[in-house]
Amino acid sequence: MKIRAQIGKVLNLDKCIGCHTCSVTCKQVWTNRDGVEYAWFNNVESKPGVGFPQQWENQELWHGGWQLGKGESLRPKIGGKWRILSKIFANPNLPQLDDYYEPFDFDYAALQNEKSEQVVTSVRPYSRITGQVMDKIERGPNWEESLGTEFKHRSKDYNFRDIEKEIYGKFENSFLMFLPRLCEHCLNPTCVASCPSGAIYKREEDGIVLVDQEKCRGWRMCVSGCPYKKIYYNWHTGKSEKCVFCYPRIESGQPTVCSETCVGRIRYLGVMLYDADKIETAAATTNPEDAYEQQLDLFLDPHDPAVVEQARRDGIPDAWIDAAQRSPVYRMIKEWKIAFPLHPEYRTLPMVWYIPPLSPIQEAASAGSLETLNGIPDINSLRIPVQYLANMLTAGDEAPVKAALNRLLALRAYMRRFQIENVRDASLLQGAGLSEQQIQDMYRLLAIANYEDRFVVPTAHKEDAEDPYHQRGIAGFHFNQSTTSGKSRFSLWGQQGVRPEIRRHTVKGG
Amino acid sequence: MNWVEYFLFQIYPYLCLSVFVIGCWARFDRSQFSWRAESSEFLERKTLKWASNSFHVGVLGLMMGHAAGLLTPPQLTEMLGLSAHAHQLLAVGAGSVFAVFAAVGGAGLIYRRVFNKRVKATSRPTDLFILLFVYAQLWLGILGLPHSMMHSDGHTMEILGEWCRGVLTFRSGLPNLLTTIPWVYKLHLVTGMTLFLLTPFTRLVHVISAPIWYVFRPGWQIVRQNHHVANDET
Repeated sequence: MKIRAQIGKVLNLDKCIGCHTCSVTCKQVWTNRDGVEYAWFNNVESKPGVGFPQQWENQELWHGGWQLGKGESLRPKIGGKWRILSKIFANPNLPQLDDYYEPFDFDYAALQNEKSEQVVTSVRPYSRITGQVMDKIERGPNWEESLGTEFKHRSKDYNFRDIEKEIYGKFENSFLMFLPRLCEHCLNPTCVASCPSGAIYKREEDGIVLVDQEKCRGWRMCVSGCPYKKIYYNWHTGKSEKCVFCYPRIESGQPTVCSETCVGRIRYLGVMLYDADKIETAAATTNPEDAYEQQLDLFLDPHDPAVVEQARRDGIPDAWIDAAQRSPVYRMIKEWKIAFPLHPEYRTLPMVWYIPPLSPIQEAASAGSLETLNGIPDINSLRIPVQYLANMLTAGDEAPVKAALNRLLALRAYMRRFQIENVRDASLLQGAGLSEQQIQDMYRLLAIANYEDRFVVPTAHKEDAEDPYHQRGIAGFHFNQSTTSGKSRFSLWGQQGVRPEIRRHTVKGG
Repeated sequence: MNWVEYFLFQIYPYLCLSVFVIGCWARFDRSQFSWRAESSEFLERKTLKWASNSFHVGVLGLMMGHAAGLLTPPQLTEMLGLSAHAHQLLAVGAGSVFAVFAAVGGAGLIYRRVFNKRVKATSRPTDLFILLFVYAQLWLGILGLPHSMMHSDGHTMEILGEWCRGVLTFRSGLPNLLTTIPWVYKLHLVTGMTLFLLTPFTRLVHVISAPIWYVFRPGWQIVRQNHHVANDET
């Protein structure tokens, strides 16, 4: 057993109102630059819909994620190493700009400069790439906002597989949910595996996956490798960029920008301890429907003394173990089992999980023939088909999703009865398999959602990585050193490498 | 041997190689962020798909052919049972095939760089310049083919190989070797050396980073540790 820690994330889709504050604040902080105008490290998709970029979920189209090769060994769906190299001159699996959208802006100065007072001035969009006026905006960010565009197009949604989808095109049967998406910071990332330069890496201490901008040579394989299409090619710098999980904030114990600014308080951050030795086995499970359970098994109980002891041996700081024990993410994923990974069938073992949304009861049901159990409506009468959610969150296995929805419904019914009639009705919890204490905890975390409950982020132990004693007085100055810390060990000008030499001031053998 | 020839074939090779080595080293060391392939596939793929594949296969074939043909001592090729005549036929044959690939692909690449709106708008002047320069170099090589066909004894090739090896072994009097060589080859030599000179200042540096070693990388995943002090303690 090799224990590693990661800052995991859960998004409560039941409370997402699709306001895009996360996307906009993320954009302002990270991608408000040339070359990534089109890129959204965080975006919110309206579902059902084909998403961003178009049909990103359909791996028959993009070949992202992993597949089981001969002998049940894992290899990226875009191919083994030789195959990946053969695509280096022209990558047939690379999404094109038009699969996202051509970034545009408006020439607002035209409003000021218009001399004529006889006509109403209008501003025309121009391309942020060519600078030319665009006759028509074909696509944009969030093009399908709240079921925009026609159902025929949106019904290409990959999550409709095995579902008679035609009836959901009718107005009275339509349903809508929001899916905020960011990099999953996977345990078994395909982007890392498919990078021929070895520029992408996972950080051991907090699990954040980053692109080393110095090492990236722009071979573009990671864009294809990532099944979530959360690596973006910066056409201006010729390098790949991705969500950095706001690592400077995480390192200082703050939540990511998208989490911090979420007005619906749907985002949770917390430490997950997992067994790194089991990653490959879990990812290589034969039946894709087992992927969710397999990943669940990777996560270790931070209250288990044996786990704590091993975690200490593996160099995990006590503050992190303590945070893991208070992790909201752990409770939702492992204790209450109400959160699920997004498309576990891609076998990347994603670390951003989702609580499935409840939805209004269908009209036929509410007209009187509603199936209820102790006042809790039957989840099969919810507007969003359970199969649709299962296709998204558990590779099609309905049972865990149903159990989670039942728990969320039980929580509502119990708290409603308690708050209106002041009756603690434990019978409402029987079907859900929850104790009253658990309900109280769930209520506190999901409904009240206090800042300090949502975000339990331990600070990084930078003293392990660099020597503050040696750095005092030089930090912030540029003594002919590179500003980024690549892994180059040699230097042309006789300087120390990019990283100041670490002088040990601990007593040897002490 | 006039002073122009002396400069071009005795001095210029070392100038180019020095700038190539020191320039690439300096760029890699000081500005590795700029070390990249600068693909524009994201903005245009339809033409690039065939053009880039064809161009790269052709150019890589030609590069390896040149390296093998010019740097292998004739004693070794003869030991392998390859006469100068056969060696030249092989070079001309394989070279022609790869040249066709490179010429067709290069034309496609130039076409899209000049006429595709998006690629054009996002190109820097050096992008087009270096593409045209490589393409010109390719055609200078192709223009030497008729002479090779007419003189298939392999003599010219042997002289050029000797000159190349002479450069690498720091021999003097190199321009004298080339007195019988037609001007088209000499021009090809000079532009070829200039390519080395230009490499550190253009996107051509990505050739050096061809990630061949990727196939030897053990496993798939890369995890970076952040525990320097802790791990280095004994």
